[in-house]
Amino acid sequence: MKKWSAIFAPALVALATTAPSSAYAAECEEIVLGSAISLTGKYATNGVHAKNGYEFAIKKIKENGGIKVDGKCYNFNVIYYDDESKGDRGATLAERLISQDKVQYMLGPYSSGLTKAIAPVTERYKIPMVEAEGASRSLFNKGYKYLFAVLSTSEQYLASAVTLAEEMAKKDGKEAGDIKVAIAVENDPFSLDIRAGVLEDAERVGMKVVIDEKLPRDLSDMSAILTKVKLLKPDLLVVSGHSKGAATAVRQIKEQNIKVPMIALTHCEAADVTGNFGDAADGILCSTQWAETLSYWDPVFGTAANYEQEFKSAYPEYKEKKVPYQTAQASAAVMVFMSAFERAGTLDKDAVREAISATDMTTFYGRIKFSEAGNNIAKPMVLRQIQNGEYNVVAPSAFASHGLDWPRK
Amino acid sequence: MDQILGNIDLLIQFPIVNLKIIIDGVMIGALFALAAYGLALVWGVMNVKNLAQGDFVIAGGYVAWWMTQKGIHPLLGVPAAFIIMWGIGWIIYKLVISRVIERDLFTSLLATFGLAIMMAQILNLMFGSDTQSIDLGYETLHFADGLIDIPISKLIGVCMALSLAAGVIIFMKRSRMGQAIRATAQDARAARVLGIDTEKVYAFTFSLNSAICGAAGAIIVMAWVIQPFYGITYSIRAFVIVTAAGLGNLPGVIAAGLGIGAAEQYGSHIFGIGYQQAIAVLLLLLVLVVRLLIQRRKRQVLQ
Amino acid sequence: MTRLMPVIHIVLLALVIAAPFLLPDYRSSLSALWILIIVALTWDLTGGQMGYNSLGNIFFYGTGMYVAAVITIGMAYNVGEYTDAAGGGIFAFTPTQYFMGFGFGLIGAGLFCAACAFIIGSVTFSLRGPYFAIGTLGVAIAAGELVSNWEWVGGGQGISMPNYPGEQERLFTYFSFATVGVVLYIFLRWLYTTRFAAAMNAIRDDEEKAEAMGIHTLRYKLVAWAIAAFFVGIVGAIEAFQALHFEPLETAYQTINLGIFMVVCVLLGGKGTLWGPIIGAIMFHVFKEITWNYFLGWQWVALGALIVVTVVYFQDGLMGWLMSKKPEWFGIRVESRDTPTAEAAE
Repeated sequence: MKKWSAIFAPALVALATTAPSSAYAAECEEIVLGSAISLTGKYATNGVHAKNGYEFAIKKIKENGGIKVDGKCYNFNVIYYDDESKGDRGATLAERLISQDKVQYMLGPYSSGLTKAIAPVTERYKIPMVEAEGASRSLFNKGYKYLFAVLSTSEQYLASAVTLAEEMAKKDGKEAGDIKVAIAVENDPFSLDIRAGVLEDAERVGMKVVIDEKLPRDLSDMSAILTKVKLLKPDLLVVSGHSKGAATAVRQIKEQNIKVPMIALTHCEAADVTGNFGDAADGILCSTQWAETLSYWDPVFGTAANYEQEFKSAYPEYKEKKVPYQTAQASAAVMVFMSAFERAGTLDKDAVREAISATDMTTFYGRIKFSEAGNNIAKPMVLRQIQNGEYNVVAPSAFASHGLDWPRK
Repeated sequence: MDQILGNIDLLIQFPIVNLKIIIDGVMIGALFALAAYGLALVWGVMNVKNLAQGDFVIAGGYVAWWMTQKGIHPLLGVPAAFIIMWGIGWIIYKLVISRVIERDLFTSLLATFGLAIMMAQILNLMFGSDTQSIDLGYETLHFADGLIDIPISKLIGVCMALSLAAGVIIFMKRSRMGQAIRATAQDARAARVLGIDTEKVYAFTFSLNSAICGAAGAIIVMAWVIQPFYGITYSIRAFVIVTAAGLGNLPGVIAAGLGIGAAEQYGSHIFGIGYQQAIAVLLLLLVLVVRLLIQRRKRQVLQ
Repeated sequence: MTRLMPVIHIVLLALVIAAPFLLPDYRSSLSALWILIIVALTWDLTGGQMGYNSLGNIFFYGTGMYVAAVITIGMAYNVGEYTDAAGGGIFAFTPTQYFMGFGFGLIGAGLFCAACAFIIGSVTFSLRGPYFAIGTLGVAIAAGELVSNWEWVGGGQGISMPNYPGEQERLFTYFSFATVGVVLYIFLRWLYTTRFAAAMNAIRDDEEKAEAMGIHTLRYKLVAWAIAAFFVGIVGAIEAFQALHFEPLETAYQTINLGIFMVVCVLLGGKGTLWGPIIGAIMFHVFKEITWNYFLGWQWVALGALIVVTVVYFQDGLMGWLMSKKPEWFGIRVESRDTPTAEAAE
């Protein structure tokens, strides 16, 4: 089996990516990682973003001289399978990676739903998985020991939007009880957890939730919800539904001329709403795990801004748009593995698991330190507002570079 | 439950919303009707139940979208999609459909299902899985305090759909080929005896269906969005409509199409947009049960 | 041939038992193969033997998964609390709770699905041909959509199952599937020799005439579908325990995946035979594993092409082809090679 994976894994990678540079890495040995990722199906857009992030990090690490484990030099190599955005497929493929391809370390899939399906498998085989794309809190209350997430959990995505809405409404002379919130989220684990977070915050503050709807998987039209928005005039509209949800929302908000003082979305960058819809996207708040304007730094990628620049030159298809945070955090997950291997000084699976668990490092993506449950507790979420086609950080105040435009025109 | 009552209450409080829902429903319903009419044609003439109907629609949408990317005016995408999908339909007919016509009914269902899978995935590989649309850049008309909004692009789309439907009706009534198609639908054997080349009629009918779907898709991409895997949505709608209206009943197909469009919009307003697909499918089941009950009274079964 | 049968069966049984030990790395893949075999065999019960081509048998699979989950969880905790979106800490299950849940879950799933088959069937069996296929497909799609909006069972979040309390989970699920599969095989082998099967075949060949001869067709159709539903429900239930986490639209009520695969398996192998679905399932599984491994991204194109080619050019399947080539293998007596063959006589 070893032989087979040695033959096929490079072939697969070569098939799927632009020729990996191998010229000056010849003397380094290989550490094989495995990942089931969505190349087709409803999450394909973001699955590809994540995969590019993995590949870019691996390439950079290779160029930087590889990973030094106990005096020897290694490079990463990833075996990918296409999980088709389907949970049961993902679980089967994880099983195959572990038992047939003998993969000892896993990178995560895209989305909370897929991570939820795969985590029990990696847990069963005690395979450490560092994931970058599953943010639902329901992943971290199961007592998993081998699951580590570099990103912030999803209830934090729009928490600061709720706080901002409260501040602004109070400034406007409104009581918290008069603030109306409209929620439209996709019916999947990630977005439902966003909804749960917003509901909790809104309840704590005492806001009133006037619309609370779930978007279907094949969303192509949300005018029914937006009509209700027109009638009920909420102060805050929250939409979360991966790239498709963001694109549909922005398009129809413009078409139906929706006037809500504050609109908050997820996945703006991944859907490239500024590039696709121009001014229509102005004034919208977007939550992000990472922004290239933040002042983080690490020795492999340099600053966050540097990461964006180099990534764009490696992947020209991103030239015209923002590098989505889905890509950055995927690269960060590879960084965690690198650091863990170097600190462990061995390829022994359990030692590496301990090293991952003890991670406390700064990367271009932000600080990474895992809680007992495996989620990253050292990195804040950032809220950006699209102002004249630019993404400007408006919250939390420690990072804010611009003031909030309120109310949205 | 509270939410459902609240939503109904909104309808009563703001009666104008009913109008808005009906307009929205009728606009998308017109496109459903177009796809359904093609299905009824193929079903009636050659007894092929085309489960790939929706994927023809989406493929037509991508043809138009791709041409716009190449700098051709979006409105020209509709005739272009019509022509290109005609060709693709003809190829598919020769390769696959011509071999399942004489077979039992389930065969065509499964064969076209296989086609649907292939087409969706090929589109995904060619164009990526992002949702796509063409922005015509036209204004949106607002009425009744902005509660009713009709984007001009949708209006144009619906007009094009209607004129296409009218064109097909006239063609079927007046032309030699249209008469041959209708004759074949009534009795293929008799038609053959009378010298109609049924093989040619079948090829023509299937290509025509594919072309109609393609044009519908080109309209959809201008006013709504497409994605490689959306085909099934349109296939289901087409089946609901044809099952409800029966074959060879064009006014029925159009009425059912508009009605289902409106019913779906009402459903998603009252129960929530998450139930949209469920509503369409439950309507299908409802139609089947109603037709069953009618048949049962005549001591017959639905077949 | 007939004298060899007991020997062949013993060898096969030995293979079934030895397989997970011979191929320890492929245990989950072998379990997946069993799922295909069982759903294909049960599909053929109505599709091949009775001429009712259901596209909605996946309904029983998904329902079986959910029934098993609700029974297992419900015996230990409050289901609504357990599935609550944000979740509240770890829900532990003792081995007793797990195995009680497993046992009752399987039986409950099987019985519940059989009952569903009776209720749904009493309506859908008045539909014929393509309307039956579309109607049953509609039932399966609608069920998936409705469950995905039902928060009590987790809605779109899906639902997590307890972990197996032990080390050899893969062997446990493999042998659970294998047991169901072997029992089903023996049962069908017996069933296809009874008058019941003769009545089913009569319905397939001409329902009106069958009815005219005094066969209460609806009763036969319902019983046959309920048998299929019972086994599919149980398979779904075992899969629920194996998957550990599942969600409604893509895992449980996976209409356009397994729901169609089972039909393709039967067609590949040959409709209306006992071994056709089994051989078809094996062929399909191998094809699927190869394309999914080595044609990254193109696997669905290959699969669609396989369906089209099978249906259009090769519809009698492997068994049908063999039967026309070597009829004597199947106990069909061919009078003489010189006289016109059966085909020409038709």
